[in-house]
Amino acid sequence: MTTTPETTTAPAEAVSFDRTEAADARRSGAGVTGWAANYLDERTGISYVVREFGRKIFPDHWSFMLGEVSLYSFVIILLSGSFLTFFFQASMAEVVYNGSYVPLKGLQMSAAMQSALDISFDIRGGLLMRQIHHWAALLFIAATGVHMMRIFFTGAFRKPRELNWVIGFTLFILAMGEGFTGYSLPDDLLSGNGLRIIAGMVEGIPFIGSWIEWFLFGGQFPGTAIVGRLYTLHILLLPAAVVALIGLHLVFVVVQKHTQFAGPGRTNDNVIGYPILPVYAAKAGGFFFIVFGVVVLIATFFTINPIWTYGPYDPSPVSAGTQPDWYIGFADGALRLVPHGWEFVLFNTTYSLNIIAPIAVLGLFIVTAMAYPFLEGWVTGDKREHHIADRPRNMPTRTAIGAAGVTFYAVLWAAASSDLIATHFRLSIEGVIVSMQFTLIIGPFIAYFVAKRICLALQKKDREMALHGYESGRIVRLPGGEFIEVHEPVDEYERWKLVSYNDYEPLMLRPNANGKIPPQERVRAVLSRWFFEDRIEPVSTTEVELASHH
Amino acid sequence: MATEEHTDVVPAGDRTAQSPYSNPAGSAVVRSDSFQNPGMPPHRARVTDTDPKAAKRAERIIVGLFYISIVGAVFAMAAYFAFPIRSNDLGSVRLNNLMVGLGLSFALLAIGVGAVHWGKVLMADHEGVDLRHPQRGDERTRARAVEIFRLADEESGFSRRSIIRNAMIAAFAFLPFPAIFLFRDLGPASGTPAEAYSHTMWKKGLRLTKDPSGVPIKASDVTIGSVFHVIPEGLNDKEDALEEKAKAAVLLMRLDPRQLRISPERRTWNYNGIVAYSKICTHVGCPVALYEQQTHHLLCPCHQSQFDITNEAAVIFGPAKRPLPQLPITVDSEGYLIAQSDFHEPVGPSFWERRGDYNA
Amino acid sequence: MLFPIRARADERPARSRRRSGRRSPLATVALVTIGLLLTGGAYTLFTASSGANAAIDLSSPQAIAQGKKLFQANCATCHGLALQGTVAGPSLIGVGAASVDFQVGTGRMPMARDAPQAEARQPVFTDTQTKQLAAYVASVAAGPGLPPSKYLTLTGDATRGAELFRINCAMCHNVAGAGGALTEGKYAPNLQDTTPAHIYEAMLTGPQNMPVFNDDNITPQDKQDIITALKTQAQNEDVGGFTLGDLGPVAEGLFLWIFGLGAIIAFTVWLTARAN
Repeated sequence: MTTTPETTTAPAEAVSFDRTEAADARRSGAGVTGWAANYLDERTGISYVVREFGRKIFPDHWSFMLGEVSLYSFVIILLSGSFLTFFFQASMAEVVYNGSYVPLKGLQMSAAMQSALDISFDIRGGLLMRQIHHWAALLFIAATGVHMMRIFFTGAFRKPRELNWVIGFTLFILAMGEGFTGYSLPDDLLSGNGLRIIAGMVEGIPFIGSWIEWFLFGGQFPGTAIVGRLYTLHILLLPAAVVALIGLHLVFVVVQKHTQFAGPGRTNDNVIGYPILPVYAAKAGGFFFIVFGVVVLIATFFTINPIWTYGPYDPSPVSAGTQPDWYIGFADGALRLVPHGWEFVLFNTTYSLNIIAPIAVLGLFIVTAMAYPFLEGWVTGDKREHHIADRPRNMPTRTAIGAAGVTFYAVLWAAASSDLIATHFRLSIEGVIVSMQFTLIIGPFIAYFVAKRICLALQKKDREMALHGYESGRIVRLPGGEFIEVHEPVDEYERWKLVSYNDYEPLMLRPNANGKIPPQERVRAVLSRWFFEDRIEPVSTTEVELASHH
Repeated sequence: MATEEHTDVVPAGDRTAQSPYSNPAGSAVVRSDSFQNPGMPPHRARVTDTDPKAAKRAERIIVGLFYISIVGAVFAMAAYFAFPIRSNDLGSVRLNNLMVGLGLSFALLAIGVGAVHWGKVLMADHEGVDLRHPQRGDERTRARAVEIFRLADEESGFSRRSIIRNAMIAAFAFLPFPAIFLFRDLGPASGTPAEAYSHTMWKKGLRLTKDPSGVPIKASDVTIGSVFHVIPEGLNDKEDALEEKAKAAVLLMRLDPRQLRISPERRTWNYNGIVAYSKICTHVGCPVALYEQQTHHLLCPCHQSQFDITNEAAVIFGPAKRPLPQLPITVDSEGYLIAQSDFHEPVGPSFWERRGDYNA
Repeated sequence: MLFPIRARADERPARSRRRSGRRSPLATVALVTIGLLLTGGAYTLFTASSGANAAIDLSSPQAIAQGKKLFQANCATCHGLALQGTVAGPSLIGVGAASVDFQVGTGRMPMARDAPQAEARQPVFTDTQTKQLAAYVASVAAGPGLPPSKYLTLTGDATRGAELFRINCAMCHNVAGAGGALTEGKYAPNLQDTTPAHIYEAMLTGPQNMPVFNDDNITPQDKQDIITALKTQAQNEDVGGFTLGDLGPVAEGLFLWIFGLGAIIAFTVWLTARAN
């Protein structure tokens, strides 16, 4: 039985004050603050907002801060990016560079490249801002990715949060778009070759590929339009979409309240944690400055994207180790891993499977990941709301699927640096690529089985501990001469964490009212068996009683 | 949490009692003998709650951190002026970046750590509780929503006046098309991409010149083992030089003619073992230029396709399928290398309209 | 408004720096970093300026005789007593002094072990011995000679050189000269610590799988420009801080994931841990 938890919040009356009270407050020394609060409230009714959200509870767990890292990096990107827009010229007009960097002096380049160099070398703090912007961009997408993994592995995408998973996933894709468009803006050799690859990929799309490229670049690659167009996407359309979706994402978090991990006192019907005012305002607010500080510190000490070394874009040269930023790496890796000879001509049109196949594989991967919550919901048939985050071990199949997906992604990602792997580990590049092609297929299966076994083993360990207690390290000699290690029982709070999880059985296939089994039910039953065949039941009170009699 | 809303507090672990409507649990196992939530554990006081000295110490640390932040911010501003960027002096850029960055880092980190530390050790740390409610609206709300829709339908005649409704839907269906058409001029006014991608500026008699200088190349300059990066004569004077270069860039190599395996129709395309191949990869278009003069392999640095120059640039590894197109070359009366014609097939990545009969 | 502040700051930069150094540890960190950066720069300058041209007359009979002895003792097993080459090593007839100076001077020859390509290591021979070997090989059959020292100074046109480097060299050696992968385990080496003479000789002779860039393709002036550009870039590349090996986005991404995100996650753990 739960004891109803103590509330620490002051009664609502204390916050909703009327005019007299405001006047009282003013008289009693609240001064300007009180006056300002009253002024605002009388015009906006803001006290309702304060009453509703001021003491909203946010549960404490390190992994719940990952989304905030993502949000904060985005704010850093907006701040530093605004600074950069004041100096950047998104134009491909040819100019002659005459700035401070000697090895480029007198060279023809686009105004975009020139202004990016001027930001770096001729504007105080400009280089710092560029590096903050770029490092924060890498962090933004990395934090988003880790945040998504947290959501996935703890099942925080289950009802009622499926839609927010889709919104978040869309944000991840938009973030990659933001990153790529930004990476291409300086019009340097590295990003130019990146665009060259994009152009080539677009060109390979059946039916419309050459036309899309034609429209994207305003003619033939590289043209004189692409930087301006990407700039509009980068600073207007994509940020607007990201801001709107982040807003929606957070509205959902507020409306649905945050998930929490199982723990004493924590139920599916409550949230236990610290109120926004004051503790979370201090912690989460302070955390923004910490994230910002870490990014600035990195930008202070570590060069990122030295466009001056790459030089202006020219279609003829290319650098060894031409790679995209990390978040596009998986796509680049997919292009590298296509086996030899995947292209054919049929009825006088060319089918570039060496481009279509990787695009299709990535598309399928993304769609599957995005649709996963609906798939799992359909398999379990569980229409209840879930607000307790799973421990990854308690859903072995889901965790194993996630591990397989992460492995698949990681292999593609690693493949994007196949040349660097070859040089740094003294391997042949052909060997690296062939073994990665192999790993791309086998790796996810291995990851799946390993992850599933680990989960089941951990569940068994939890069970053991809940039933028989933990190993105390105390060795006792029994009268018979036998040595045993004494097991201490876990206390009820610890035990609750071990035994409170959802448990599903494989679906029983039964005919419906018409005496038939619809095919989709058969599929569902197969999937359900796959999901829940290996299950470790949570320990029940009966079992504990039985165990204690032994 | 505002207590007055939550009079219906229920024991944990007993959802059905709370929900007026219970959703199916699917294949979830519901047991009667599962454990019950033990409730909140007893509150544990922090050192700063019990030891005034510790609290005082924490206070000093937090104040200190905020002051460090001020120092950092002031330092950043001072560094902005004290370490200015001097024209043509990259050392000054380095110092400016370092000093302003350091100041800002400390300003930000100290304020952040200070605020968090305050929140952790000095602010009240009693956990609060918010109660959740089912996400869906309650029955009355839902009924009212349905009622509103019904009223709206009735008052507007949306269902009844189906001709009006359908006409409106049709109107909406047509509306987006003008917007799509407005994007037409993103692309150029005339020409088709397939046409443009199928030709380069190479033509009969055009000299092969060095990239980027445009200096013509004599056949005698190209010694065995050499590689020249080549652009067509006059490219640098073209207005669309980059677009032309993106298609016309060529790699020139000289091998021992005995090493070349040449198909009959290409017998005249090389000059004494000097061969010219498009530099644009047939996969996605990176410049393929890593020529190994002993193995005669060309490697693309982007996706590792490999081409065998002794065998008419056939692909021997990697995602590319087609060989690099060969530029037929010869020499003019002065001994300079010239093109015999344009490439006989489109250079670069494949596209849908690319025919299959170029080499037939 | 701002000018007086700047003027004051300019008047007493040393004092204000010292003051802040005493006040907070950040200035110490900064100073140490500056020191490291400057030492690194100075080191680069030093290594760049020490050319490989020992003052030895390659046409002197003594040098040739000494070189012949060295050759017969150390090289003839693979390259043949008359430089004609064997199954184990190519003919050296006509490779010239430049080739010998490069191959032996960078320690690539004699080869350490059978590998996809000869790797640079600590040279086996002294500079004088290397030159003697070069003298001998050049005396048997003419070939590209040692680079004239006037082209080894860093006084070329860096802009032209950087452009030529990007077009002719960067696809294998990377725009920053950090090196890159070739086929079947071979690689284009890092050029950042290679001496101007060796860079020049490599272009001239095309060692191993590197193509030849003869003087008609890349003129001696072009070569000097390229060397100037490489060394100028090396001095200036760390404007924005450490360059993470010049490996581009891969290194940046790894750094961000491991150290950036790592540090931030450490902060989240601290932030959400309950205080004692």
